[in-house]
Amino acid sequence: MSFRIISPKNAQKIMKSIFWASGILTIIILIVIIGYIILKGMPVISLEFLLADPIDSGRAGGIAPMIVSSIYVTLIAGIVAAPLGVGAAVYLSEYAGESRLVKLIRFGAETLAAIPSIVFGLFGLSFFVIFLGMGWSLLSGGLVLALMALPTIFQVAEVSIESVPRSYREGSLALGANKWETVYRVVLPAAIPGITTGVILGMARAISEAAAILFVVGSALAMPASIFDPGRPLPLHLFVMATEGISLDNAYGTAAVLVIMLLVITVLTNTFVERYRKKMMGR
Amino acid sequence: MNRIEVEDLNVYFDDAHILKDINIKIPKNTVTALIGPSGCGKSTFIRTLNRMNDVIPTFRRDGVVYLDGEDIYDPKIDVVDLRKKIGMVFQKPNPFPKSIFDNVAYGLRVHGITDKDTVQERVEESLKSAALWDEVKDKLDKSAMGLSGGQQQRLCIARTIAIKPEVILMDEPCSALDPISTTKIEDLIHKLKNDFTIIIVTHNMQQATRVSKHTSFFLHGEIVESNLTERLFLEPEDKRTEDYITGRFG
Repeated sequence: MSFRIISPKNAQKIMKSIFWASGILTIIILIVIIGYIILKGMPVISLEFLLADPIDSGRAGGIAPMIVSSIYVTLIAGIVAAPLGVGAAVYLSEYAGESRLVKLIRFGAETLAAIPSIVFGLFGLSFFVIFLGMGWSLLSGGLVLALMALPTIFQVAEVSIESVPRSYREGSLALGANKWETVYRVVLPAAIPGITTGVILGMARAISEAAAILFVVGSALAMPASIFDPGRPLPLHLFVMATEGISLDNAYGTAAVLVIMLLVITVLTNTFVERYRKKMMGR
Repeated sequence: MNRIEVEDLNVYFDDAHILKDINIKIPKNTVTALIGPSGCGKSTFIRTLNRMNDVIPTFRRDGVVYLDGEDIYDPKIDVVDLRKKIGMVFQKPNPFPKSIFDNVAYGLRVHGITDKDTVQERVEESLKSAALWDEVKDKLDKSAMGLSGGQQQRLCIARTIAIKPEVILMDEPCSALDPISTTKIEDLIHKLKNDFTIIIVTHNMQQATRVSKHTSFFLHGEIVESNLTERLFLEPEDKRTEDYITGRFG
């Protein structure tokens, strides 16, 4: 005779409630954090805050140079890391087979993803800033962020390329296309939604990073004239303002701008990806 | 005249001996059906004819496959050219996630035909030959993924005939389709056999009798018997063929 403390029917109900609660809690945490930052930050956000240079180390004025710096470093990171990451993913999933080199590259990407960002920063300081002579600049910062975004882009791109059904590849090869044509005309277009998501995840990581660029961008307050100038992206500005007790209000304002930028990027990307997918799949 | 002649073909994956001493002649512009139970090597066999097995690292073969008297495994043969001459339709419809038009134009573009009018003409012609034109002519720019399974399979046939192959290999083309779609594909096969040499793998013996002129029965990697379809089904010469077609196994 079997003996149960909880009947299967009740166990089912209990587990369902636990999963439901986990889901709801996740959303609540997100809403609370974003809501709190936006509520605290909104009062200082004005047109002037967005368009003016900071005055008195950021106690007054705006954060225009920080917004520009953030855009620069994030774009550099994306432009450098996206082709590299996607290229490596294509090589691994389409050309390499299952060799030792492949395992090594995959292991390398996983390890790269696990390295603390401050260590990336230290590497960037000695390699880009000093060894390559790029100095404290947005370029150095963007390149360090590219290294950080690379494993994310690579891993997501690899998964989405590998999830393209084998039957598409066979269909293309059977029509006389060679491997490259198959990759370029069938596999990559079918993987675009996933690859785009990966690139955006990588860039989101880059735009949010302070520690990695702490030693390499120079932390200048002035509007950068080019990528060879030093700059101070938003997360770094926020960090300095908060840790040096310059202005907590403006730190929240900066944080709110950063969060809103991230939300806008995410929503735009999701809209694009959904539209593309619908068109591709005819729904 | 024979379009394809296979002499003493053996195929191995690693140490597994999948096809044993296959000899078969496929006459021009006819339908040849390959029947046999699952795992008997029919699919492996037709994939050997357009060298689709080449991508499998453990694939090995000996023996010769002639297409119009030319050995297709000769090192001088360009696989791209070969696959232009020998098209293939798969078991599960596999249109690309592109527009209906782009699916049919795909092979043309791959083979360097990019002139707009030519592509347009060939796409329309191929869709008409595949008996799909009337159903899709108003939505050529819509994704092929939105079509029904039967329409998708006819699209795959259109895509294949667009590059004007000499031979079309069909690997159980109706196994994922409903009876009405199956009838449409079979009607289409009857129409296409005037212009193409068709080799069809099928699980369905009724289908073999309906569409083919010749039939070969595969078992355990060997061809047990090849004959005119009518003869093979009415007076099988081999006991194993008789057992299979009367449903004693398979």
